[in-house]
Amino acid sequence: MDRDTIEHIVIPTGQVLVAVAIVPLIIAYLQLVERKVLGFMQVRLAPRRVGWHGLLQPIADALKLLIKEDTTPAMADRALFTMAPIITVIPALAALAVIPIAGQPFELFGYTINPWISDINVALLFLLAISSLGIYGIIVAGWASNSKYSMLGALRSSAQMISYEVPLGFALIGVMMLAGSASMVKIVEAQKSAGWWFVGPQLLGFFCYFISAVAETNRVPFDLPEAEAELVAGFHTEYSGMKFAFFFLAEYTNMIVVSSIVTILFFGGWLRPFPNIEALAWLENGWIFLVPLVAGASIGWLIDQRAGTGLRWMFAGGLAGAAAGAAIGVTDAFGLASAAIPALSGAFWFSLKVSFFLFMYIWFRGTYPRYRYDQLMGLGWKWLIPLSILNVVGTGLAVLLRA
Amino acid sequence: MVEYAPILIFLAVAAAFPAATLVIARLLRPSSPDAVKGEAYECGVPTSGEAIARYPVRFYIIAVLFVVFDVETIFLFPWAVKYRALGLFGFVEMLVFLGILVVGYAYAWKKGALEWV
Repeated sequence: MDRDTIEHIVIPTGQVLVAVAIVPLIIAYLQLVERKVLGFMQVRLAPRRVGWHGLLQPIADALKLLIKEDTTPAMADRALFTMAPIITVIPALAALAVIPIAGQPFELFGYTINPWISDINVALLFLLAISSLGIYGIIVAGWASNSKYSMLGALRSSAQMISYEVPLGFALIGVMMLAGSASMVKIVEAQKSAGWWFVGPQLLGFFCYFISAVAETNRVPFDLPEAEAELVAGFHTEYSGMKFAFFFLAEYTNMIVVSSIVTILFFGGWLRPFPNIEALAWLENGWIFLVPLVAGASIGWLIDQRAGTGLRWMFAGGLAGAAAGAAIGVTDAFGLASAAIPALSGAFWFSLKVSFFLFMYIWFRGTYPRYRYDQLMGLGWKWLIPLSILNVVGTGLAVLLRA
Repeated sequence: MVEYAPILIFLAVAAAFPAATLVIARLLRPSSPDAVKGEAYECGVPTSGEAIARYPVRFYIIAVLFVVFDVETIFLFPWAVKYRALGLFGFVEMLVFLGILVVGYAYAWKKGALEWV
């Protein structure tokens, strides 16, 4: 094989396979985190029977879904009923193709590997287009099930998703005007040269985007399509086993995609906090110090919980972790600091920010009650659309005045 | 165009993954359908009537409004990317464009197309 084939076919295929293998695993544990966090928010013990503190629960759930009987209603359209979960999963996963997780390419066996799968110059347009394809899966699922709950859920869901797509698109325009590009990598680079994250000048755009995106992913407080008190489970009422698992996978993949987009567009992607302040430059690679600190403190805290020793071990663990981190950083142990850390720094900051927004999703679920359907449509059409148009005009005026 | 190849690869893998998993699940799981399992779920009572029936015209209005507004958004995308190069001319042009859009929006609101009940 010549170099060209390897660079354009083999490496991307490898990256895609890694992404498709890792993302379901992340989602399995994201779902455990969700159950744990919700449990603690409601002052109860979340799953803790399977494995240590429930750490094997996601594996058990996946196995159960895999070997569970998968019924198809007799009245259903069998072909469409089977296709619907697949149609939902494909666009959800494919959206990951344009998401960069770091800024610095790294070398492997003499080949340069980018920390993104594809950097197209119409990435935002691609994301908008491919995420709207997910609606087809939902409406096909509701139609093919031939069940009243599924049908109502699918109708509600599609109306909700197309309504919130309008403010979603408008909210992205402000960022593109500031960055002068629709490529994810260029948008982050624009934030680096602008010296601040776009959440500052685009605060209104960020709120419009994030609210619309939560509605797009059908999550609380906009989970009308599967409002269990009214519609049993909405469009996936009749689904069980692996087909149900794919709707679940698509929903969580969409959450990850939305969190990544928010991070990239408004929170500087892989940039460290406050990219304009020179004095904080140590933060860039400083996670080698922070991560052992937090890890040590958490382990110490767990020991404290067991032994009932106040917070003594937490402080000790934190100090030990900080010392270990500093030692690795300063002495460059095993060449670890100089070789691996700069390549991983971007990915670290990126995943930290994405985790924060994923946590926000869970936090919303633990906090907000569900909207009523007319309130939901009113919020989308009467508030978010005018506000996001206002954001476009305001951004245009500000850019014009500063030029 | 070469940067689009990974996206095609991704689409192929993303299609193969659920299909393959469904086939594997088919081999592992039990399958014993019967008449009761095959009924659509209606809180435990026997199913009555067709599910695919008439539904409110509201959904249709929302779909029409969506087509109008979403296409407008797409028109704004190339304009936003080249905004700095267009300067004042671009801003005024887009104000006119958005003005027409807002008139249509206000009309739809006045006519009650945005009211759900």
